[in-house]
Amino acid sequence: MRKMIVGERKPLAEIAEMLEPFRKVCVLGCGTCVTVCLAGGEKEASETAAALTLLAQKEGKDLEISTHTLLRQCEYEYIDDYAEKLAEADVILSLACGVGVQTMATRLQDKIILPGLNTQFMGYPLQQGVWAENCLGCGDCVLDLTLGICPITRCSKSMLNGPCGGSQDGKCEVSKDVDCAWHMIYERLVKMGMESRMETIQPPKDWSTSHHGGPRTIVREDVRLENRE
Amino acid sequence: MKTESRLEKVLNAGHFAVTGELGPPKSSDIETLKHHAEAMRNHVESYNITDNQTAIVRTSSIGVAASLIQMGLEPNVQMTVRDRNRICLQSDLLGAVSFGVKNFLCLQGDHAKFGNQPQSKNVNDLDSMQLLKTFKDMRDEGIFIGGEKMDHPLPSIFLGAVANPFADPFEYRPLRLAKKIAAGAQFIQTQCIFDIDRFERWMAKVRELGLHKKCYIMGGVTPIKSIGAARYMQKNVSGMIVPEELITRIKGAEDKKKEGIKIAVETIQRLREIEGVAGVHVMAIAWEEVVPEIVESAGLYPRPTV
Ligand code: SF4
Ligand code: SF4
Repeated sequence: MRKMIVGERKPLAEIAEMLEPFRKVCVLGCGTCVTVCLAGGEKEASETAAALTLLAQKEGKDLEISTHTLLRQCEYEYIDDYAEKLAEADVILSLACGVGVQTMATRLQDKIILPGLNTQFMGYPLQQGVWAENCLGCGDCVLDLTLGICPITRCSKSMLNGPCGGSQDGKCEVSKDVDCAWHMIYERLVKMGMESRMETIQPPKDWSTSHHGGPRTIVREDVRLENRE
Repeated sequence: MKTESRLEKVLNAGHFAVTGELGPPKSSDIETLKHHAEAMRNHVESYNITDNQTAIVRTSSIGVAASLIQMGLEPNVQMTVRDRNRICLQSDLLGAVSFGVKNFLCLQGDHAKFGNQPQSKNVNDLDSMQLLKTFKDMRDEGIFIGGEKMDHPLPSIFLGAVANPFADPFEYRPLRLAKKIAAGAQFIQTQCIFDIDRFERWMAKVRELGLHKKCYIMGGVTPIKSIGAARYMQKNVSGMIVPEELITRIKGAEDKKKEGIKIAVETIQRLREIEGVAGVHVMAIAWEEVVPEIVESAGLYPRPTV
Protein backbone atom coordinates (compact mmCIF):
# COMPACT_ATOMS: atom_id res chain seq x y z
CA MET A 1 0.00 0.00 0.00
CA ARG A 2 2.19 2.82 -1.24
CA LYS A 3 -0.25 5.28 -2.68
CA MET A 4 -2.40 6.87 -0.09
CA ILE A 5 -4.30 9.65 1.42
CA VAL A 6 -1.81 11.81 3.24
CA GLY A 7 -2.57 13.88 6.30
CA GLU A 8 -0.97 15.56 9.24
CA ARG A 9 -2.09 15.57 12.84
CA LYS A 10 -3.75 18.75 13.97
CA PRO A 11 -1.82 20.78 16.53
CA LEU A 12 -2.38 19.51 20.06
CA ALA A 13 -3.80 22.84 21.23
CA GLU A 14 -6.48 22.73 18.56
CA ILE A 15 -7.39 19.17 19.49
CA ALA A 16 -7.48 20.03 23.19
CA GLU A 17 -9.81 22.90 22.43
CA MET A 18 -12.26 20.77 20.50
CA LEU A 19 -12.21 18.17 23.27
CA GLU A 20 -12.88 20.78 25.94
CA PRO A 21 -16.56 19.89 26.59
CA PHE A 22 -15.90 16.13 26.85
CA ARG A 23 -14.56 13.84 29.55
CA LYS A 24 -14.39 10.33 28.10
CA VAL A 25 -12.37 10.44 24.94
CA CYS A 26 -11.44 7.64 22.61
CA VAL A 27 -8.49 8.39 20.36
CA LEU A 28 -9.03 6.20 17.36
CA GLY A 29 -6.22 5.46 14.94
CA CYS A 30 -6.75 4.13 11.46
CA GLY A 31 -4.68 1.25 10.22
CA THR A 32 -4.31 2.02 6.55
CA CYS A 33 -3.24 5.17 4.66
CA VAL A 34 -2.61 7.41 7.65
CA THR A 35 -0.61 4.67 9.32
CA VAL A 36 1.72 4.53 6.35
CA CYS A 37 2.11 8.31 6.28
CA LEU A 38 2.80 8.28 10.02
CA ALA A 39 -0.02 10.62 10.88
CA GLY A 40 -2.85 8.64 12.41
CA GLY A 41 -1.93 5.02 13.02
CA GLU A 42 -1.68 3.07 16.25
CA LYS A 43 1.59 4.74 17.22
CA GLU A 44 0.28 8.24 16.64
CA ALA A 45 -2.95 7.41 18.47
CA SER A 46 -1.05 6.43 21.63
CA GLU A 47 1.26 9.42 21.32
CA THR A 48 -1.70 11.74 20.94
CA ALA A 49 -3.47 10.12 23.88
CA ALA A 50 -0.34 10.45 26.03
CA ALA A 51 0.10 14.09 25.10
CA LEU A 52 -3.56 14.84 25.84
CA THR A 53 -3.32 13.08 29.20
CA LEU A 54 -0.28 15.10 30.12
CA LEU A 55 -1.94 18.32 29.10
CA ALA A 56 -5.10 17.44 31.07
CA GLN A 57 -3.03 16.71 34.18
CA LYS A 58 -1.24 20.00 33.82
CA GLU A 59 -4.51 21.84 33.51
CA GLY A 60 -6.19 19.82 36.24
CA LYS A 61 -8.83 18.50 33.90
CA ASP A 62 -10.48 15.15 34.54
CA LEU A 63 -9.97 13.35 31.26
CA GLU A 64 -10.44 9.65 30.65
CA ILE A 65 -8.67 8.55 27.53
CA SER A 66 -8.71 5.23 25.75
CA THR A 67 -7.05 4.40 22.46
CA HIS A 68 -7.94 1.94 19.78
CA THR A 69 -7.02 1.43 16.17
CA LEU A 70 -9.35 0.30 13.46
CA LEU A 71 -7.96 -1.25 10.32
CA ARG A 72 -10.15 1.01 8.20
CA GLN A 73 -12.45 3.68 9.49
CA CYS A 74 -13.79 4.11 5.98
CA GLU A 75 -15.64 0.79 5.86
CA TYR A 76 -18.78 -0.11 7.80
CA GLU A 77 -17.61 -3.70 8.33
CA TYR A 78 -14.65 -2.64 10.39
CA ILE A 79 -16.59 0.00 12.27
CA ASP A 80 -19.32 -2.48 13.17
CA ASP A 81 -16.79 -4.94 14.56
CA TYR A 82 -15.57 -2.23 16.86
CA ALA A 83 -18.78 -0.42 17.76
CA GLU A 84 -19.04 -2.02 21.23
CA LYS A 85 -15.58 -0.94 22.29
CA LEU A 86 -16.38 2.60 21.26
CA ALA A 87 -19.70 2.73 23.11
CA GLU A 88 -18.12 3.91 26.34
CA ALA A 89 -16.63 7.13 25.07
CA ASP A 90 -18.41 10.52 25.02
CA VAL A 91 -16.48 11.44 21.97
CA ILE A 92 -14.21 9.84 19.42
CA LEU A 93 -11.19 11.70 18.21
CA SER A 94 -10.61 10.06 14.87
CA LEU A 95 -7.11 10.07 13.49
CA ALA A 96 -8.40 8.81 10.15
CA CYS A 97 -8.57 10.94 7.03
CA GLY A 98 -11.68 12.99 6.34
CA VAL A 99 -13.23 9.99 4.63
CA GLY A 100 -12.82 7.86 7.72
CA VAL A 101 -14.18 10.56 10.02
CA GLN A 102 -17.28 10.91 7.88
CA THR A 103 -17.85 7.19 7.47
CA MET A 104 -17.68 6.86 11.24
CA ALA A 105 -20.07 9.76 11.74
CA THR A 106 -22.51 8.22 9.27
CA ARG A 107 -22.36 4.74 10.79
CA LEU A 108 -22.33 5.75 14.45
CA GLN A 109 -25.19 8.24 14.37
CA ASP A 110 -25.36 8.78 18.13
CA LYS A 111 -21.65 9.34 18.60
CA ILE A 112 -19.71 12.54 18.24
CA ILE A 113 -16.73 12.05 15.96
CA LEU A 114 -14.08 14.77 15.81
CA PRO A 115 -11.23 15.05 13.32
CA GLY A 116 -7.72 14.74 14.70
CA LEU A 117 -6.00 15.15 11.35
CA ASN A 118 -5.84 17.69 8.61
CA THR A 119 -6.28 15.52 5.57
CA GLN A 120 -4.03 16.82 2.84
CA PHE A 121 -3.89 14.95 -0.42
CA MET A 122 -3.61 11.83 -2.47
CA GLY A 123 0.03 11.15 -3.00
CA TYR A 124 2.99 8.92 -2.44
CA PRO A 125 6.15 8.85 -0.37
CA LEU A 126 8.86 10.55 -2.37
CA GLN A 127 11.54 9.51 0.09
CA GLN A 128 11.67 8.71 3.79
CA GLY A 129 9.68 11.45 5.52
CA VAL A 130 8.60 13.25 2.34
CA TRP A 131 5.22 12.86 0.70
CA ALA A 132 4.11 14.48 -2.54
CA GLU A 133 0.71 15.19 -3.96
CA ASN A 134 0.14 13.84 -7.44
CA CYS A 135 -3.55 13.32 -8.15
CA LEU A 136 -6.57 15.53 -7.58
CA GLY A 137 -9.04 12.91 -8.72
CA CYS A 138 -10.28 15.07 -11.56
CA GLY A 139 -12.39 12.28 -13.04
CA ASP A 140 -10.95 12.54 -16.52
CA CYS A 141 -7.35 11.44 -16.45
CA VAL A 142 -4.94 13.07 -18.90
CA LEU A 143 -1.80 11.20 -17.90
CA ASP A 144 -1.76 9.67 -21.38
CA LEU A 145 -1.01 13.09 -22.87
CA THR A 146 1.78 13.84 -20.46
CA LEU A 147 3.25 10.37 -20.09
CA GLY A 148 2.55 10.03 -16.43
CA ILE A 149 3.04 13.48 -14.93
CA CYS A 150 -0.17 15.14 -13.83
CA PRO A 151 -0.44 18.77 -14.94
CA ILE A 152 -3.69 19.27 -13.05
CA THR A 153 -2.09 18.47 -9.73
CA ARG A 154 1.58 19.15 -10.17
CA CYS A 155 1.43 22.37 -12.16
CA SER A 156 0.54 25.11 -9.68
CA LYS A 157 -1.82 26.63 -12.23
CA SER A 158 -3.26 23.34 -13.55
CA MET A 159 -2.29 24.35 -17.08
CA LEU A 160 -2.94 21.98 -19.94
CA ASN A 161 -0.97 23.58 -22.74
CA GLY A 162 2.59 23.81 -21.57
CA PRO A 163 4.64 25.79 -19.07
CA CYS A 164 3.84 29.34 -18.00
CA GLY A 165 6.38 32.14 -18.15
CA GLY A 166 7.40 31.63 -14.55
CA SER A 167 9.14 28.32 -15.15
CA GLN A 168 12.86 28.69 -14.60
CA ASP A 169 15.67 26.18 -14.14
CA GLY A 170 13.12 23.39 -13.90
CA LYS A 171 11.42 24.97 -10.92
CA CYS A 172 7.92 26.35 -10.51
CA GLU A 173 7.44 30.06 -9.94
CA VAL A 174 5.69 29.42 -6.63
CA SER A 175 8.76 27.96 -4.97
CA LYS A 176 12.26 26.77 -5.63
CA ASP A 177 11.21 23.63 -3.77
CA VAL A 178 8.57 22.75 -6.34
CA ASP A 179 9.51 21.18 -9.65
CA CYS A 180 7.79 22.66 -12.68
CA ALA A 181 5.48 19.91 -13.88
CA TRP A 182 5.56 21.17 -17.45
CA HIS A 183 9.32 21.25 -17.52
CA MET A 184 9.27 17.60 -16.48
CA ILE A 185 6.58 16.76 -19.00
CA TYR A 186 8.53 18.45 -21.79
CA GLU A 187 11.71 16.59 -20.94
CA ARG A 188 9.89 13.31 -20.72
CA LEU A 189 8.19 13.84 -24.07
CA VAL A 190 11.51 14.81 -25.68
CA LYS A 191 13.12 11.70 -24.24
CA MET A 192 10.40 9.57 -25.78
CA GLY A 193 10.52 11.49 -29.05
CA MET A 194 6.93 12.59 -28.53
CA GLU A 195 7.30 16.33 -27.93
CA SER A 196 5.12 17.16 -30.93
CA ARG A 197 2.23 16.29 -28.62
CA MET A 198 2.68 19.65 -27.01
CA GLU A 199 1.73 21.35 -30.27
CA THR A 200 -1.89 20.27 -29.99
CA ILE A 201 -4.06 22.87 -28.33
CA GLN A 202 -5.78 21.06 -25.51
CA PRO A 203 -9.35 22.35 -25.25
CA PRO A 204 -10.83 23.65 -22.00
CA LYS A 205 -11.04 20.83 -19.51
CA ASP A 206 -14.40 19.42 -18.54
CA TRP A 207 -14.30 20.06 -14.81
CA SER A 208 -17.79 18.67 -14.34
CA THR A 209 -16.26 15.22 -13.85
CA SER A 210 -14.24 16.63 -10.96
CA HIS A 211 -15.48 17.95 -7.65
CA HIS A 212 -16.56 21.13 -9.45
CA GLY A 213 -19.50 19.15 -10.80
CA GLY A 214 -20.73 18.61 -7.23
CA PRO A 215 -20.14 15.70 -4.84
CA ARG A 216 -19.53 12.55 -6.83
CA THR A 217 -20.87 9.03 -6.40
CA ILE A 218 -19.93 6.01 -8.43
CA VAL A 219 -22.65 3.43 -8.99
CA ARG A 220 -21.61 0.10 -10.44
CA GLU A 221 -24.81 -1.78 -11.21
CA ASP A 222 -22.86 -4.93 -12.01
CA VAL A 223 -21.55 -5.26 -8.49
CA ARG A 224 -24.45 -3.86 -6.47
CA LEU A 225 -25.92 -6.35 -4.02
CA GLU A 226 -29.54 -5.91 -5.18
CA ASN A 227 -28.53 -6.90 -8.66
CA ARG A 228 -26.75 -9.98 -7.56
CA GLU A 229 -29.73 -11.36 -5.71
CA MET B 1 -16.42 44.40 -39.36
CA LYS B 2 -12.79 45.47 -39.43
CA THR B 3 -11.30 46.43 -36.12
CA GLU B 4 -10.62 50.05 -35.43
CA SER B 5 -7.74 49.25 -33.15
CA ARG B 6 -5.11 51.91 -33.52
CA LEU B 7 -2.45 49.49 -32.41
CA GLU B 8 -3.43 47.07 -35.12
CA LYS B 9 -3.51 49.81 -37.73
CA VAL B 10 -0.03 51.03 -36.83
CA LEU B 11 1.34 47.50 -36.96
CA ASN B 12 -0.48 46.68 -40.17
CA ALA B 13 0.97 49.80 -41.75
CA GLY B 14 4.42 48.46 -40.99
CA HIS B 15 5.36 51.07 -38.41
CA PHE B 16 7.45 50.14 -35.41
CA ALA B 17 4.77 50.29 -32.70
CA VAL B 18 4.98 51.46 -29.12
CA THR B 19 2.67 50.44 -26.30
CA GLY B 20 2.72 51.59 -22.70
CA GLU B 21 1.54 50.08 -19.49
CA LEU B 22 -0.55 51.36 -16.62
CA GLY B 23 -0.94 49.62 -13.30
CA PRO B 24 -4.26 50.41 -11.60
CA PRO B 25 -4.02 51.53 -7.97
CA LYS B 26 -5.13 49.82 -4.78
CA SER B 27 -8.10 52.18 -4.60
CA SER B 28 -10.82 53.45 -6.86
CA ASP B 29 -9.07 56.79 -7.20
CA ILE B 30 -7.46 56.54 -10.63
CA GLU B 31 -6.56 60.22 -11.04
CA THR B 32 -2.81 59.58 -10.95
CA LEU B 33 -3.17 56.80 -13.49
CA LYS B 34 -5.15 59.10 -15.77
CA HIS B 35 -2.47 61.73 -15.37
CA HIS B 36 0.22 59.24 -16.44
CA ALA B 37 -1.93 58.14 -19.36
CA GLU B 38 -2.38 61.75 -20.44
CA ALA B 39 1.35 62.41 -20.20
CA MET B 40 2.18 59.72 -22.76
CA ARG B 41 -0.84 60.28 -24.97
CA ASN B 42 1.30 61.16 -27.96
CA HIS B 43 4.01 58.62 -27.26
CA VAL B 44 2.22 55.29 -27.31
CA GLU B 45 -0.36 53.65 -29.53
CA SER B 46 -2.23 52.07 -26.69
CA TYR B 47 -1.91 51.14 -23.04
CA ASN B 48 -1.83 47.77 -21.36
CA ILE B 49 -3.87 47.85 -18.21
CA THR B 50 -2.74 45.19 -15.82
CA ASP B 51 -5.20 42.75 -14.29
CA ASN B 52 -4.57 42.64 -10.54
CA GLN B 53 -0.89 42.36 -11.25
CA THR B 54 1.12 40.01 -9.05
CA ALA B 55 -2.21 38.96 -7.58
CA ILE B 56 -2.68 42.19 -5.66
CA VAL B 57 -6.21 43.59 -5.48
CA ARG B 58 -6.49 46.73 -7.58
CA THR B 59 -9.06 48.57 -9.63
CA SER B 60 -10.14 46.21 -12.39
CA SER B 61 -8.51 46.54 -15.75
CA ILE B 62 -11.87 46.74 -17.51
CA GLY B 63 -12.96 49.52 -15.15
CA VAL B 64 -9.86 51.55 -15.97
CA ALA B 65 -10.35 50.82 -19.67
CA ALA B 66 -13.71 52.61 -19.52
CA SER B 67 -12.00 55.76 -18.25
CA LEU B 68 -9.28 55.62 -20.89
CA ILE B 69 -11.86 55.31 -23.64
CA GLN B 70 -13.64 58.38 -22.25
CA MET B 71 -10.32 60.17 -22.53
CA GLY B 72 -10.05 59.10 -26.16
CA LEU B 73 -7.21 56.69 -25.43
CA GLU B 74 -6.88 53.06 -26.41
CA PRO B 75 -6.60 50.35 -23.75
CA ASN B 76 -5.16 46.87 -24.15
CA VAL B 77 -7.13 45.05 -21.51
CA GLN B 78 -5.12 42.35 -19.80
CA MET B 79 -7.13 39.34 -18.76
CA THR B 80 -5.72 36.58 -16.63
CA VAL B 81 -7.33 33.21 -16.01
CA ARG B 82 -6.30 33.23 -12.38
CA ASP B 83 -9.37 34.87 -10.89
CA ARG B 84 -12.23 34.21 -13.30
CA ASN B 85 -13.81 31.09 -14.66
CA ARG B 86 -14.94 30.66 -18.27
CA ILE B 87 -18.37 32.10 -17.59
CA CYS B 88 -16.90 35.30 -16.24
CA LEU B 89 -14.10 35.59 -18.81
CA GLN B 90 -16.46 35.32 -21.77
CA SER B 91 -18.93 37.67 -20.15
CA ASP B 92 -16.23 40.22 -19.28
CA LEU B 93 -15.01 40.13 -22.86
CA LEU B 94 -18.50 40.96 -24.09
CA GLY B 95 -18.84 43.68 -21.49
CA ALA B 96 -15.55 45.29 -22.42
CA VAL B 97 -16.26 45.11 -26.15
CA SER B 98 -19.68 46.66 -25.51
CA PHE B 99 -18.08 49.95 -24.54
CA GLY B 100 -15.38 49.91 -27.14
CA VAL B 101 -12.35 47.91 -25.98
CA LYS B 102 -10.58 46.47 -29.01
CA ASN B 103 -7.33 45.03 -27.77
CA PHE B 104 -7.12 42.15 -25.33
CA LEU B 105 -4.13 40.45 -23.88
CA CYS B 106 -4.69 36.88 -22.71
CA LEU B 107 -2.56 35.86 -19.76
CA GLN B 108 -2.18 33.13 -17.21
CA GLY B 109 -1.44 35.44 -14.30
CA ASP B 110 0.99 35.19 -11.42
CA HIS B 111 0.11 32.70 -8.74
CA ALA B 112 -2.02 34.17 -5.95
CA LYS B 113 0.71 33.19 -3.53
CA PHE B 114 2.61 36.33 -4.52
CA GLY B 115 -0.15 38.81 -3.83
CA ASN B 116 -2.03 40.27 -0.91
CA GLN B 117 -4.63 37.49 -0.91
CA PRO B 118 -2.46 34.37 -0.74
CA GLN B 119 -5.34 32.46 0.88
CA SER B 120 -7.53 32.82 -2.20
CA LYS B 121 -8.71 30.04 -4.46
CA ASN B 122 -6.85 30.05 -7.77
CA VAL B 123 -9.42 29.59 -10.49
CA ASN B 124 -7.46 28.46 -13.56
CA ASP B 125 -10.59 27.02 -15.14
CA LEU B 126 -9.01 27.78 -18.54
CA ASP B 127 -5.34 28.28 -19.24
CA SER B 128 -3.95 31.22 -21.20
CA MET B 129 -3.86 29.20 -24.42
CA GLN B 130 -7.48 28.20 -24.08
CA LEU B 131 -8.45 31.79 -23.30
CA LEU B 132 -6.91 32.97 -26.57
CA LYS B 133 -8.69 30.25 -28.51
CA THR B 134 -11.97 31.04 -26.75
CA PHE B 135 -11.80 34.72 -27.70
CA LYS B 136 -10.75 33.85 -31.24
CA ASP B 137 -13.71 31.50 -31.60
CA MET B 138 -16.09 34.12 -30.20
CA ARG B 139 -14.83 36.57 -32.80
CA ASP B 140 -14.33 34.32 -35.82
CA GLU B 141 -17.00 31.68 -35.31
CA GLY B 142 -19.46 33.58 -33.15
CA ILE B 143 -19.52 30.75 -30.62
CA PHE B 144 -19.01 30.34 -26.91
CA ILE B 145 -16.99 27.51 -25.39
CA GLY B 146 -18.92 24.35 -26.11
CA GLY B 147 -20.17 25.59 -29.47
CA GLU B 148 -23.31 27.50 -28.54
CA LYS B 149 -23.95 30.34 -30.97
CA MET B 150 -23.76 33.87 -29.66
CA ASP B 151 -26.81 36.07 -30.25
CA HIS B 152 -24.71 38.36 -32.42
CA PRO B 153 -21.17 37.88 -33.64
CA LEU B 154 -18.47 39.75 -31.81
CA PRO B 155 -17.06 42.80 -33.58
CA SER B 156 -13.48 42.34 -34.56
CA ILE B 157 -11.03 42.46 -31.69
CA PHE B 158 -7.24 42.42 -31.72
CA LEU B 159 -5.85 39.56 -29.69
CA GLY B 160 -2.56 39.59 -27.89
CA ALA B 161 -0.57 37.25 -25.72
CA VAL B 162 2.75 37.25 -23.95
CA ALA B 163 5.89 35.27 -24.55
CA ASN B 164 8.81 34.82 -22.23
CA PRO B 165 12.14 34.09 -23.92
CA PHE B 166 13.77 34.04 -20.48
CA ALA B 167 11.72 31.21 -19.07
CA ASP B 168 12.59 27.55 -19.41
CA PRO B 169 12.76 25.14 -21.12
CA PHE B 170 14.41 27.57 -23.54
CA GLU B 171 14.17 25.29 -26.60
CA TYR B 172 10.45 24.98 -26.05
CA ARG B 173 9.71 28.71 -25.89
CA PRO B 174 9.55 29.39 -29.66
CA LEU B 175 7.25 26.38 -30.02
CA ARG B 176 5.05 27.79 -27.32
CA LEU B 177 4.84 31.01 -29.31
CA ALA B 178 3.80 29.01 -32.37
CA LYS B 179 1.06 27.42 -30.32
CA LYS B 180 -0.16 30.80 -29.09
CA ILE B 181 -0.33 32.06 -32.65
CA ALA B 182 -2.31 28.97 -33.63
CA ALA B 183 -4.61 29.65 -30.69
CA GLY B 184 -5.27 33.19 -31.91
CA ALA B 185 -2.49 35.56 -30.87
CA GLN B 186 -2.09 38.40 -33.39
CA PHE B 187 0.40 40.38 -31.36
CA ILE B 188 2.87 39.32 -28.74
CA GLN B 189 4.48 41.30 -25.97
CA THR B 190 7.52 39.74 -24.40
CA GLN B 191 8.77 39.68 -20.85
CA CYS B 192 11.15 42.59 -20.05
CA ILE B 193 14.33 42.18 -22.04
CA PHE B 194 17.57 42.70 -20.14
CA ASP B 195 19.48 39.75 -21.56
CA ILE B 196 19.33 40.81 -25.16
CA ASP B 197 21.65 38.05 -26.36
CA ARG B 198 19.24 35.44 -25.17
CA PHE B 199 16.40 37.38 -26.75
CA GLU B 200 18.27 37.34 -30.05
CA ARG B 201 18.77 33.59 -29.84
CA TRP B 202 15.05 33.21 -29.25
CA MET B 203 14.24 35.50 -32.17
CA ALA B 204 16.53 33.52 -34.45
CA LYS B 205 14.49 30.43 -33.75
CA VAL B 206 11.26 32.42 -34.09
CA ARG B 207 12.34 33.54 -37.56
CA GLU B 208 13.42 30.04 -38.47
CA LEU B 209 9.87 28.93 -37.73
CA GLY B 210 8.50 31.91 -39.67
CA LEU B 211 6.53 33.08 -36.66
CA HIS B 212 7.46 36.76 -37.05
CA LYS B 213 5.43 36.71 -40.25
CA LYS B 214 2.38 35.31 -38.53
CA CYS B 215 2.09 37.78 -35.68
CA TYR B 216 3.56 41.06 -34.47
CA ILE B 217 6.25 40.62 -31.87
CA MET B 218 6.78 43.52 -29.51
CA GLY B 219 9.82 43.46 -27.24
CA GLY B 220 9.24 44.25 -23.59
CA VAL B 221 11.38 47.08 -22.26
CA THR B 222 11.59 48.24 -18.66
CA PRO B 223 13.82 51.06 -17.48
CA ILE B 224 15.68 50.08 -14.34
CA LYS B 225 14.91 52.67 -11.69
CA SER B 226 17.38 51.57 -9.05
CA ILE B 227 19.85 48.86 -8.11
CA GLY B 228 17.29 47.60 -5.63
CA ALA B 229 14.66 47.21 -8.33
CA ALA B 230 17.12 45.37 -10.57
CA ARG B 231 18.15 43.05 -7.76
CA TYR B 232 14.55 42.37 -6.91
CA MET B 233 13.75 41.35 -10.48
CA GLN B 234 16.94 39.32 -10.66
CA LYS B 235 16.36 37.38 -7.46
CA ASN B 236 12.64 37.33 -6.83
CA VAL B 237 10.82 37.32 -10.12
CA SER B 238 10.75 33.88 -11.64
CA GLY B 239 11.14 33.92 -15.40
CA MET B 240 13.27 37.07 -15.49
CA ILE B 241 16.95 37.36 -16.27
CA VAL B 242 18.83 40.47 -15.21
CA PRO B 243 22.51 40.08 -16.14
CA GLU B 244 25.02 41.10 -13.50
CA GLU B 245 26.83 43.39 -16.01
CA LEU B 246 23.75 45.58 -16.19
CA ILE B 247 23.71 46.05 -12.45
CA THR B 248 27.44 46.76 -12.44
CA ARG B 249 26.96 49.33 -15.16
CA ILE B 250 24.28 51.17 -13.20
CA LYS B 251 26.31 50.92 -10.01
CA GLY B 252 29.21 52.61 -11.77
CA ALA B 253 27.11 55.42 -13.16
CA GLU B 254 27.03 58.82 -11.52
CA ASP B 255 23.35 59.37 -12.23
CA LYS B 256 21.83 55.93 -11.77
CA LYS B 257 18.36 56.83 -12.97
CA LYS B 258 19.72 58.42 -16.12
CA GLU B 259 21.73 55.28 -16.75
CA GLY B 260 18.60 53.15 -16.36
CA ILE B 261 16.85 55.26 -18.97
CA LYS B 262 19.87 55.12 -21.23
CA ILE B 263 19.95 51.34 -21.07
CA ALA B 264 16.26 51.20 -21.95
CA VAL B 265 16.83 53.45 -24.95
CA GLU B 266 19.79 51.37 -26.12
CA THR B 267 17.69 48.23 -25.75
CA ILE B 268 14.98 49.71 -27.96
CA GLN B 269 17.55 50.75 -30.53
CA ARG B 270 18.95 47.25 -30.60
CA LEU B 271 15.51 45.72 -30.83
CA ARG B 272 14.74 47.87 -33.86
CA GLU B 273 17.66 46.26 -35.62
CA ILE B 274 16.40 42.74 -35.05
CA GLU B 275 14.47 41.32 -37.96
CA GLY B 276 10.97 40.35 -36.94
CA VAL B 277 10.57 42.72 -34.00
CA ALA B 278 7.54 44.84 -34.80
CA GLY B 279 7.53 47.18 -31.85
CA VAL B 280 8.23 47.71 -28.20
CA HIS B 281 6.11 47.46 -25.12
CA VAL B 282 7.43 49.91 -22.54
CA MET B 283 6.66 48.89 -19.00
CA ALA B 284 7.66 51.60 -16.59
CA ILE B 285 5.40 50.70 -13.72
CA ALA B 286 5.79 53.20 -10.88
CA TRP B 287 8.01 55.26 -13.18
CA GLU B 288 5.54 56.19 -15.87
CA GLU B 289 6.79 59.74 -16.21
CA VAL B 290 9.94 58.64 -18.05
CA VAL B 291 8.11 57.00 -20.92
CA PRO B 292 7.97 60.10 -23.17
CA GLU B 293 11.68 60.68 -22.69
CA ILE B 294 12.51 57.07 -23.54
CA VAL B 295 10.31 57.07 -26.63
CA GLU B 296 11.78 60.37 -27.82
CA SER B 297 15.40 59.39 -27.14
CA ALA B 298 14.87 56.14 -28.99
CA GLY B 299 13.88 58.12 -32.05
CA LEU B 300 10.30 56.90 -32.00
CA TYR B 301 8.67 60.29 -31.71
CA PRO B 302 6.40 61.56 -33.13
CA ARG B 303 4.20 58.52 -33.50
CA PRO B 304 2.76 57.90 -36.94
CA THR B 305 -0.77 58.93 -37.78
CA VAL B 306 -2.87 56.11 -39.18
S1 SF4 C 1 -5.32 13.94 -14.69
FE1 SF4 C 1 -6.89 13.87 -13.09
S2 SF4 C 1 -7.14 11.70 -12.57
FE2 SF4 C 1 -5.24 11.89 -13.76
S3 SF4 C 1 -3.64 12.09 -12.20
FE3 SF4 C 1 -4.27 14.17 -12.76
S4 SF4 C 1 -5.89 14.72 -11.31
FE4 SF4 C 1 -5.59 12.52 -11.18
S1 SF4 D 1 6.16 27.17 -13.33
FE1 SF4 D 1 5.54 25.22 -14.24
S2 SF4 D 1 4.45 24.15 -12.59
FE2 SF4 D 1 4.63 26.27 -11.99
S3 SF4 D 1 2.71 27.18 -12.64
FE3 SF4 D 1 4.20 27.53 -14.30
S4 SF4 D 1 3.95 25.78 -15.66
FE4 SF4 D 1 2.92 25.26 -13.77
